[in-house]
Amino acid sequence: MSTEQKDRAWPAERLTRVPYWVYQDEDIYREEQAKIFRGNTWNFLGLEAELPNAGDFKTSFLGDMPVVVTRDEQGELRAFENRCAHRGALLCIAPRGNVKRINCVYHNWSYDLAGNLKSVAFRLGINGKGGMPESACPQSQSPRKLRIATIAGLMFGTLSGATPPLEQYLGPQIVARIRRVMHKPVKLLGGYSQMFPNNWKLYLDNVKDTYHASLLHLFFAKFRLNRLSQQGGVIVDGDGGNHVSFTMMKTDQRDNVYESAGMRSAQGGLRLEAPELLDSVDEIGDGITLQILAVFPNFVLQQIMNSLAVRQVVPRDVSETELVWTCFGYQDDDEKMDALRMRQSNFIGPAGFISMEDGAATGFVQRGVQGASSNASVIEMGGDRIASDESRVTETSVRGLWQAYRGHMGL
Amino acid sequence: MAMAMDIALQLTVENLLARYTHAIDDDNLEAWPDFFVEAARYRITTAENHERGLPLALVHADSRAMLRDRVNALRHANVYEAQRYRHVYSGVLVTRINDDTARAVSSFQVARIMHSGETTLFASGRCIDRIRIAGENGVAQFEERLVILDSRRVDTLLAIPL
Repeated sequence: MSTEQKDRAWPAERLTRVPYWVYQDEDIYREEQAKIFRGNTWNFLGLEAELPNAGDFKTSFLGDMPVVVTRDEQGELRAFENRCAHRGALLCIAPRGNVKRINCVYHNWSYDLAGNLKSVAFRLGINGKGGMPESACPQSQSPRKLRIATIAGLMFGTLSGATPPLEQYLGPQIVARIRRVMHKPVKLLGGYSQMFPNNWKLYLDNVKDTYHASLLHLFFAKFRLNRLSQQGGVIVDGDGGNHVSFTMMKTDQRDNVYESAGMRSAQGGLRLEAPELLDSVDEIGDGITLQILAVFPNFVLQQIMNSLAVRQVVPRDVSETELVWTCFGYQDDDEKMDALRMRQSNFIGPAGFISMEDGAATGFVQRGVQGASSNASVIEMGGDRIASDESRVTETSVRGLWQAYRGHMGL
Repeated sequence: MAMAMDIALQLTVENLLARYTHAIDDDNLEAWPDFFVEAARYRITTAENHERGLPLALVHADSRAMLRDRVNALRHANVYEAQRYRHVYSGVLVTRINDDTARAVSSFQVARIMHSGETTLFASGRCIDRIRIAGENGVAQFEERLVILDSRRVDTLLAIPL
């Protein structure tokens, strides 16, 4: 029995306070699965480039619910729950492959690529003995089908009929910024997963926190790569849960706002012995060197110079999150561009010069708030507004996240 | 056995691996780049990427200078909790490519010990190395080191090299 009384009322300050129980409460976690991931949201499922041919499938997740995404015989994308109608076993165990039919290994019930149950092994028994009665309804517990929608090669799915059309859900500015990166056919470069020792929302919150980037990620600041004094901005779109932040590097005027504030991140000066690490090409042609875009509840699109990736947030339990990274280039990349992207892959992922700290920092929060469930984080940079801003010294997109979250959860 | 084992070469390679891992595990990261030739290639990838023929790496260096930059960043820029590794190598298979060069394949496990005392099996995998038998000062050095992680998952972050 817990002696701590569960008071799940949101603080009166509304969006400038986030109570720590949202990262800790297992009941809240279960509710999120139903109301958010299986509710009226579009969940990122992967790149269309992962499923180029009819019969290709991949396994993925809608929150913690396993799903299968396929390309059927007609070339249509399909997605459905990865659960057999019979006893609930996983239908697809491999992460990817190419098949004509999907057969459950447990009792060999068989499905088409759209997730329709097509046959039940020994349904009529053998030699008139055994089998199911004629009145049986083996499809009554069929895997649930997702609606699937794509934009510029990105696949999203939703279980709900009430989720608005994808582009409306994203918002026009997010759509434009997605198309900006996904402007020509992509090729897969590979992937990996980073396990975060914290609640999934702490990761999403971190991605939407434009204020932390140059303060936590010192690699940026030490090389004067991304400083908040550089030109850029943040745009909040949709119901608040979607945002994009962007920077135009090389516009830093070498001012001394960091030095004069005596901040740790400005101290010292590192010099690269292999400065080719920073070689980059303005391949989109608009001078934007860094763009981070996130869509509630599970999607991040990243352009850090020429390092391009999608990241899928998969909650594993209340205090563990898997971040599935998939990196890509464009199909028309030449060898020189391939080499450039590979060198820039050093920026990202669990060993990335400018992203390795995220797992540590969000884990520090999960550990730090143990015993403080009725306290709250303070999110007042930029006031209490949710609006696009030319400054990234703001927490506007973090407040946007919590507005969307509270809307879905009814909190 | 049809071919006599080149015991001297085997010991040369195992000695290189031993010195390399002790340098890392003893937090002597500044010595780490010197185990490589100047034009070395060092990559950490996953078995999944490797088997699918996908080029993505978690760490990708195509010169010793890039390795020195990584040490510099780890010491002065990147933020991570104090931690150490304990490498265990085994199954070191060595083949001679020519008079100057050998190829080695080895298995490894790495325990990660956090400052709090928490110890976990952090990584396992294999290394495929191309080794210059007599490198600088006559000492064996890596021309190429490919670290292939068995798992696609990395817990929290991978700061210290493998």
